[in-house]
Amino acid sequence: MAVIITEQIEKIYNPDKVPVHALRGVDLEIDEGEFTAIVGPSGSGKTTLLNIIGGLDTPTKGKVYIAGTDISTLSGNGMINFRKDHIGFIFQSYNLIPVLTARENVEFIMMLQKKSKKERDQRANELLDAVGLHDKKNKRPMELSGGQQQRVAVARALASKPSFILADEPTANLDSQSTADLLDMMAELNREEGMTFVFSTHDQRVIDRARRVITLIDGKIAKDEVR
Amino acid sequence: MLLTLALRNIWRNKRRTLITITAVAFAVFLASIMRSFNKGAWDNVINTSVNLFFGYAQIHANGFWDDQTIDNSMDYQEVVRSLDPSNDHILGYAPRLESFALASTGDLTQGVMIVGIEPDQEEALTGVSDKIIEGNYLDASDDGALLAKGVADKLKLGLGDTLILISQGYHGANAAGKYPVRGIFKYALPDLNKVLIYLSLKTSQHFYAADNRITSVALKIAGQRQVDKAVNSLKENLDPEVYEVMDYKELMPELMQARQLDEGGDYIVMGILYALIAFAIFGTIIMMTQERMYEFGILTAIGLGRWQLFAVTILEIITVGLLGALVGIIIAIPVVYNWSVNPLDLSMMGEEATAAFEKFGMEPLIPAAFEAPIFINQAILIFIITCILGIFPLSKILTLNPVKAMRS
Ligand SMILES: Nc1ncnc2c1ncn2[C@@H]1O[C@H](COP(=O)(O)OP(=O)(O)OP(=O)(O)O)[C@@H](O)[C@H]1O
Ligand SMILES: [Mg+2]
Repeated sequence: MAVIITEQIEKIYNPDKVPVHALRGVDLEIDEGEFTAIVGPSGSGKTTLLNIIGGLDTPTKGKVYIAGTDISTLSGNGMINFRKDHIGFIFQSYNLIPVLTARENVEFIMMLQKKSKKERDQRANELLDAVGLHDKKNKRPMELSGGQQQRVAVARALASKPSFILADEPTANLDSQSTADLLDMMAELNREEGMTFVFSTHDQRVIDRARRVITLIDGKIAKDEVR
Repeated sequence: MLLTLALRNIWRNKRRTLITITAVAFAVFLASIMRSFNKGAWDNVINTSVNLFFGYAQIHANGFWDDQTIDNSMDYQEVVRSLDPSNDHILGYAPRLESFALASTGDLTQGVMIVGIEPDQEEALTGVSDKIIEGNYLDASDDGALLAKGVADKLKLGLGDTLILISQGYHGANAAGKYPVRGIFKYALPDLNKVLIYLSLKTSQHFYAADNRITSVALKIAGQRQVDKAVNSLKENLDPEVYEVMDYKELMPELMQARQLDEGGDYIVMGILYALIAFAIFGTIIMMTQERMYEFGILTAIGLGRWQLFAVTILEIITVGLLGALVGIIIAIPVVYNWSVNPLDLSMMGEEATAAFEKFGMEPLIPAAFEAPIFINQAILIFIITCILGIFPLSKILTLNPVKAMRS
């Protein structure tokens, strides 16, 4: 079943001044359980596409359906709520709330979902164990390495039980060992729990791990290969 | 957890938080002390006048205060009958027959104010006997006079000497009499000290040919706070065509005006003080908001509602503001308390300060008012200021675009 469907998405930045055509008609369908990379040269529109799929930005034209909902129908606060329950985010860096510990960062989103204390505790523990941070649960982000922070971000993204996880260049600031570790972990969560991952990257080693690679060039899908 | 988040954020930038708290505490401290002294000083001035002579309220025949002649007097028994004995705000009363006369001794003359009093009732209200420096207080059937020190000096009269009074009595009768000096008292209020003479009520009624008449009833009321209730219930019972009831504010309008003027100055100083503090807090808020835009972006992206985010932010600001106010108040309390018990002695500030106080008939001592509302008001002010300044982060958060915020 498709969790993400985009229909003829166009995005024009600065339509009044110097217009930038970031996306020029993107049709895309991503099914549950995919492990998909979005690749392409710098400026090809990867971030723009992920932001629109994640409901953080609106397309100039076209429609986005997430888990069957046309997200253009959602109001400002409705969209925030929708993101909370349906989409997990991993950003390039500084994902975490600095004053909260790793465990609290993971619990935070479940608290917003009004989950019970018991459920929060249990799931945060499980997830932090799963991402290999069982001995770092009470550390603040500052006390963690970049790779460890990204793993907490993955645990947090999973905590809300979203329909899929979006990650815009999650390994851009990591060394190669941390990159490999993070990818292993994401792949395992994808395999074991069936979590859908859509991530953008420039890194060939990351691209090699993806099962589907969508190549954007100048705001259009130039290639879409499943391996 | 939102509360945890807010509280932890406060300690994130300890130095800035401490600077903000110190600034707020300093302003609250200064403002509390200023208000306490101002209030204390003026309460003191007013209480002095009230306790020395005026009482917190008076009853007159309607029109007496504007035209203070003996013809605007009233029947003593009738007033007393009209007083409601069940009015428990009124602890006592003192009837008076007040009018003006010319006092003389051979070749010296002086305009004086004659006040006929029931000595016991007057004593209960104003405690005249404490102020006597020579001789004795009057008794009810006394045919002698009590002179203020100023009058005695001017007329060169001593104990046992004879005072001659001339005036116009009730309904135009001639009034003249000779009275032995029984005692001399000293009032700190110079206006009174220069002109006041006490006779017993009987003697004064006789002098003015005004049997059974009085011009005013001064009321004993527990304190400033009960005055309004006491006056209102009196007004309900007394016919406004016949009687006028005036509180100390109406009896001493110049004093009230001077107080208002002085308080106005205080509020200007406070306004400036709090404007400075508002700027300090605003600076903190701007820095805090700007450096957190990225984090705000992340938080809204993952699903924190805008109002929840604002709640965290405003909670932080208000907590810091109130913490500052609390510190200021805690430091101010012992200082103000000490000065309320041991009034500030201004005589060390030189002759001028002393002279200024003597004009109001007071010792150059300022007791601070130690009252909860003064402190609470400062905290409320800070709360209001922080709430208003919260509009800035609110507008930032409501217009926040997570993508833009995260690019910063
Ligand atoms: N807010 C914006 N305003 C104007 N133009 C923008 C904005 N964001 C992106 N663009 C432009 O849109 C195009 C696509 O940008 P986008 O960030 O989506 O590319 P990308 O593929 O993510 O690039 P990179 O690999 O460098 O991250 C670029 O030409 C970029 O300059
Ligand atoms: Mg990008």
